[in-house]
Amino acid sequence: MSIQTLMYIGGRLIKGAIVLLVIAVFNFFLIRAAPGDPAKVMAGEAGATDELFLQQLREQFGLDQPLYYQLWVYISNLVQFDMGITYRQQMPVFDLIMDRMPATLLLTGAAFLMSLLIGVLAGVVAAQKHKQWADSFITVAALIFYATPLFWLAMMAALFFSVYLNWLPSFGMETVGANLTGFDRFVDIMTHLILPATTLGLFFTAVYARMTRTSMIETTRMDFVKTAIAKGMTPNRVTYRHVLRNALLPVVTLAGLQAGQLIGGAVLTETVFAWPGIGRLMFEALFQRDYNLLLGVFFISSAMVVLFNLITDVIYCVVDPRIELSK
Amino acid sequence: MNVIRALTQNKVAMFGFAVLLLLSLIAIFGPMLYDGSPWKMVQRPFIPPFANDRFLLGTDTLGRDVLAGLIYGARISLLVGLVSTVIALLIGIPLGAYAGYFGGWVDEILMRFTEVFQTVPSFALAIVLVAIFEPSVYSITGAIAIVSWPPVARLVRGEFLALRNQEYVLAAKLNGQSHRNIILKEILPNSLSPIIVLASLMVATAILLESSLSFLGLGDPEIMSWGYMIGAAKTVIRQAWWLSFIPGVAIAVTVLALNLLGEGLNEALNPKLSGKREH
Repeated sequence: MSIQTLMYIGGRLIKGAIVLLVIAVFNFFLIRAAPGDPAKVMAGEAGATDELFLQQLREQFGLDQPLYYQLWVYISNLVQFDMGITYRQQMPVFDLIMDRMPATLLLTGAAFLMSLLIGVLAGVVAAQKHKQWADSFITVAALIFYATPLFWLAMMAALFFSVYLNWLPSFGMETVGANLTGFDRFVDIMTHLILPATTLGLFFTAVYARMTRTSMIETTRMDFVKTAIAKGMTPNRVTYRHVLRNALLPVVTLAGLQAGQLIGGAVLTETVFAWPGIGRLMFEALFQRDYNLLLGVFFISSAMVVLFNLITDVIYCVVDPRIELSK
Repeated sequence: MNVIRALTQNKVAMFGFAVLLLLSLIAIFGPMLYDGSPWKMVQRPFIPPFANDRFLLGTDTLGRDVLAGLIYGARISLLVGLVSTVIALLIGIPLGAYAGYFGGWVDEILMRFTEVFQTVPSFALAIVLVAIFEPSVYSITGAIAIVSWPPVARLVRGEFLALRNQEYVLAAKLNGQSHRNIILKEILPNSLSPIIVLASLMVATAILLESSLSFLGLGDPEIMSWGYMIGAAKTVIRQAWWLSFIPGVAIAVTVLALNLLGEGLNEALNPKLSGKREH
């Protein structure tokens, strides 16, 4: 890796850190902007009656100290991954979130891969069969998925594939009480994963399909493609080796954008399918009015997006060396 | 006027427009004409649709009139969608205009600020804002506006960057016109068409966001909304699937109509651009 690339990655790291700092400051002021005693706001309704717990919160966050000192305490705690303790679970917020993290990573990762694969494939088919029925079908399907609310689609998918057809489970991540191990457990988790991951990724499947289609059709009319056809290459080889490779670039830029949408969408999907991830945790925090936990999940999910953007930026500059590194 | 002609000749866009017109009429006059409250228990619960002449779409888990809920829900969906989009435009247009017009460090600071908002998962931010400021029409509308303005700012900035060195802008500068005048009277009118297209799509996104928030129980407790109806029917989906199905269709139809109109507007306002896209 060249010095230039390393400097670029370093610059991106600093930028990401600044974004996280801004979010932390924002969280800090949000708690204080809410009506009422900040300790009570943090504790939420769950712990509001326990004077001892409130006192503990006041001490930990220095709530009787001046504002700038409180901010300092808040940020330095955060840097050490200390986000306080939730009242109901009596557990550090950070540990609770990390407990739920693998499930969310599995779900969002699967949704991302699925939307990318199915979306790009559908886009290629639509572009090849341009102005034929397959093209119209894919275009109409994409339009409909654009317009339907994610949580409703999730519920309808559960209703159809789980309640009506009884093909797939629609609740949780594993069969309760089955105590499976090894490969059986893997298969069990995968079957539980299909519905949540597909519905979570559906919106971006539609986005990728439309983008790939447009991008493919545009690339097809470029001179180097005409040359490839003129020299007698088979149509499939032209499509995959020349057109698709170049048409994919705008699609990759979207991937960074998708991270935020996936994390937000996970709150809805995990709520519908009782998937034990941080989205479901956010819903539980809402339900228990545990704002400290709520803001903790919000901060960690933002950190995930920052990290994902960093990774896609680096991949992008490796895949396409034409990108200006200084930018 | 070419724009209106192009738009009226676009059948798909006109279909979207007609649906929206109908929905707006329902939202404005429906609650006055239709006799019935969306909250009152009027009959026994779980009457399926078309089984009772008085309550055409049946009743929900608590015996409330589903049709009344749909009519009142149209009102809140369209209202929140429109108002939050207007607020987002009021935030995004000035920010983008200043950044693009002045460039330099103003641009740098404003775009860094915008970037933070674009990075944060928007739905999670909306949840946090509504939860902490207590669910109400105002907090929901405000939260949706706060998460929706960044694309506006970016778009307007791009337009201003492209237009600020055009001859008519330079002429206005030489004329001694104020920055304010140049921004508002020279550049902004020329960058309106992409803003209009974006705004129509933003209303659609805002309606989806509003329904998602009220689905999670973050709706205004005083107001019946489509998302709330689906959330309330979630636990009984096995017994009464139609209770969650019907409001979902209402949301999808509304959002689809807005998207169709938005695409029609795009084709009518930027004929060159969309022509290139369509081939």
